[in-house]
Amino acid sequence: MQTFTYYPGCTLRTKAKDLDAYARSSAEALGIALVEPENWQCCGGAYTTATNEPATKLSAVRTLMSAKDSEGLVTVCSACHNVIKQTNYDISRNQAMANKVKLYLGLDEAYTGETTVYHYLELLRDVVGFDNLKSKVIKPFKDKKIAAYYGCLLLRPSKALAMDDPENPSIMEDFIRAIGGTPVIYAQRNECCGGYITMEDKEQAHKRSNAVMDSAQSMGADMIITACPLCLYNLKKNSGSDMPVYYFTELLAEALGLKEVANE
Amino acid sequence: MQRIGVFVCHCGTNIAATVDVKAVAEALSHEQGVVISQDYQYMCSESGQDLIKNAVKEHKLTGVVVCSCSPRMHENTFRKAAASAGLNPYLVEIANIREQCSWIHKDIASATDKAIILGKAAVAKVNLNTPLTAGESPVVKRALVIGGGIAGIQTALDIAEAGFDVDIVEKEPTIGGKMAQIDKTFPTLDCAACILTPKMVEAAQNEHITIHSFSEVSAVKGFVGNFTVTIKKKARFVDETKCTGCGLCTEKCPMKKVPNEFNMGLDNRTAVYIPFAQAVPKVATIDPNYCLMLKNGKCGVCSKVCSVGAIDYKQTDKFIEQKYGAIVVATGFNPIKLDKYDEFAYSYCPDVVTSLELERLMNAAGPNGGTLLRPSDKTHPHTIVFVQCVGSRCDDSKGKQYCSKICCMYTAKHAMLIREKYPDTEVYVFYIDVRTPGKNFDEFYRRAVEQYNVHYIKGMVGKVSPKADGKIDVQASDLLSNEQLHINADMVVLATAIEPDKSARPLATMLTTQMDTNDFFTEAHPKLRPVESATAGIFLSGACQGPKDIPETVAQASAAAAKAIGLLCKNSITCNPCVAHSNELMCNGCSACEKVCPYGAITYQDKEFRMPDRTTAIRRVASVNPAVCQGCGACTVACPSGAMDLNGFSNSQIMAEVDAICK
Repeated sequence: MQTFTYYPGCTLRTKAKDLDAYARSSAEALGIALVEPENWQCCGGAYTTATNEPATKLSAVRTLMSAKDSEGLVTVCSACHNVIKQTNYDISRNQAMANKVKLYLGLDEAYTGETTVYHYLELLRDVVGFDNLKSKVIKPFKDKKIAAYYGCLLLRPSKALAMDDPENPSIMEDFIRAIGGTPVIYAQRNECCGGYITMEDKEQAHKRSNAVMDSAQSMGADMIITACPLCLYNLKKNSGSDMPVYYFTELLAEALGLKEVANE
Repeated sequence: MQRIGVFVCHCGTNIAATVDVKAVAEALSHEQGVVISQDYQYMCSESGQDLIKNAVKEHKLTGVVVCSCSPRMHENTFRKAAASAGLNPYLVEIANIREQCSWIHKDIASATDKAIILGKAAVAKVNLNTPLTAGESPVVKRALVIGGGIAGIQTALDIAEAGFDVDIVEKEPTIGGKMAQIDKTFPTLDCAACILTPKMVEAAQNEHITIHSFSEVSAVKGFVGNFTVTIKKKARFVDETKCTGCGLCTEKCPMKKVPNEFNMGLDNRTAVYIPFAQAVPKVATIDPNYCLMLKNGKCGVCSKVCSVGAIDYKQTDKFIEQKYGAIVVATGFNPIKLDKYDEFAYSYCPDVVTSLELERLMNAAGPNGGTLLRPSDKTHPHTIVFVQCVGSRCDDSKGKQYCSKICCMYTAKHAMLIREKYPDTEVYVFYIDVRTPGKNFDEFYRRAVEQYNVHYIKGMVGKVSPKADGKIDVQASDLLSNEQLHINADMVVLATAIEPDKSARPLATMLTTQMDTNDFFTEAHPKLRPVESATAGIFLSGACQGPKDIPETVAQASAAAAKAIGLLCKNSITCNPCVAHSNELMCNGCSACEKVCPYGAITYQDKEFRMPDRTTAIRRVASVNPAVCQGCGACTVACPSGAMDLNGFSNSQIMAEVDAICK
């Protein structure tokens, strides 16, 4: 069994408990041990990438360092993943910043990006393998047309995140095929869901999330999946559409026959 | 004892205004071996040259230094002058005190000092110069043209016109290239096929031209005037000499679901096929990836219906070897793949097409017989959006940094043709800039805007979203009115960037020619030698050298032909004597020089040597082919034992120059 450090992040403890629970149970079934670091803190939020200030990077670096000795750091939430992976990318290319962070944290030696960061989807693709996953599916999503919604944080900036082609991604579609479903390609799959704008302009948030849901539904989708708690919120609460929205981990657990187990 | 003459040129005021030429002449007169040192207003003029010639005779000079402009400019002039006075031309050295001194400096005192130092270096070198004699090598009077598009055809026709044999090697089953796929040509709107196919036929009928279709160059050996080329004639499973092109096999072939390359995959062809009606040679080809007989051994229909027995399922690739004096590269271009541009929905929306696909959709011989219909539901499109610069002028890693040059004009052509034929169709063109330099080009574009009311909008399309009702939402910005636009379109046409054909890079390696970072062949000089490659005897024709429209391609094709004819006219060519040679006694056979030689001029031979103790030993030593060597000097630097040296630029000469500069 391979052991990875698993970073859930704040939302997975509150609003997105499903995303977390299904991720854990599925990993176990797939032979991956996810170990949560003790006393983990905030991923660093949106601040890390906005400025050169070392203080904003500390939280992400602390998380990255906690996984230094494991096979890698696994994240699920799109936002956490984006922040942590970008910080890892930046610090591996900026020795001066690495040194400043070292001084702030009082480290013996600077952290320079040694940890490999995996999004849970990358774990499925690169460690488990989609073919392998397919062979373990018990309840395939036969005849289900599933639309993958990437949102903005999962793929961009593409150089730092290096997950997939930002304009023509395939990782979630390949995942859908692995669990027996039929992926639906639609124009809005990597456009914005409205993001935090829901806090101050409901109308804009509605316009954006509705465009996504409309685009997917018009292409024949039965349901839509995402990796991001904020996307899920916008698509569910602001779009006005009644098409079901799920976390990808929920479908994964269901396909692996674990959904009831996780709900207990 | 050397007797050297120094001649310092004023170049009018070009040099004399910044360099004290008299002081230079005076200073150099004290250098070792210098017997005469003069200055003159224009050394390259007839009287200036006479000055040199007379001095050579009068003072019995053994070496000449001219302090003047770049050797690229007048080295040849002064070498000729010296030769006419009886001095070996390779005993003349140029000190460049114009481009490398007077033009780039302002201070007279320091410029003069620098000119003196450059002069001293040249004197130090000429002291060690030895007379060199250029060798000769014979020229095979036959040319090879690689690529049978309009560029290759034009080059071949021109070379044949001059009376030389010329072979065209084309990798597709027919010549014609991209131009054969185009519907109309700008700015005159004449039909491309009507002007191209007569040329294809002319090439086929010309007694001097041999067309190797469905063939590729697989190896190139030799050098200018004497190339040996291996041509792979790919198995087409049809005997070219027997096939009459009747087309019966293509009608009867049961395998009818093969994407038709000629129509950009917009319809299907059969497994045995003739690419298009005017193909040259008009010979069928069997596609082994789809042919049921070749795949499963079951079918054989084409063989049964062929009345002349041309079908040959057992045919294999054949290799032929041929000698050529000159090679012309005309490998052309392709539109780029659009995988990285899925914001335009190209990969999953059939009504988003490239411009070349639109050419086929509008062509009378295309999938819809010339009626413009949407590929998805075969309905007439009422709103069409053109997006320019898709993949061109990109500053990121996705596309090409360069302008593809032809898109502005063909997009204007498409827009105009659609408005002409279907006046009820609204046409929008999104552009960054409209670039129309060329004869009658801007007038053409203005006509599209003013006469045909095509909506030109400055701005780029951000997102193309196919909708459930079959319409396409095109989201774009209008930069002039600073507005977000949503256009409800029926079709979107992407003016896709063009790139060199994929076959170009391996070919460049075989030919030892240079390419730029975009895989376009590099010309020998961007202004003065635009159709020659840096490798002697290799010429460039058409879009393999850079994006070009048809008139420019044809002009360059003829220019390349003229250069090739110039070479083929000679019975032998004078070789550059400034080539490398190996001191076999010092060579240890390590292959370092062979590895760095970009021209393949160095080979290794086992030679018998007499050893000091009167025995003989076989040693592996380097040997340079002087006809292939371009005198770049890479081997002399790479050689660890100092056995490689360059005539005219020997290690000792270069060290003497360095010493003179540092003294």
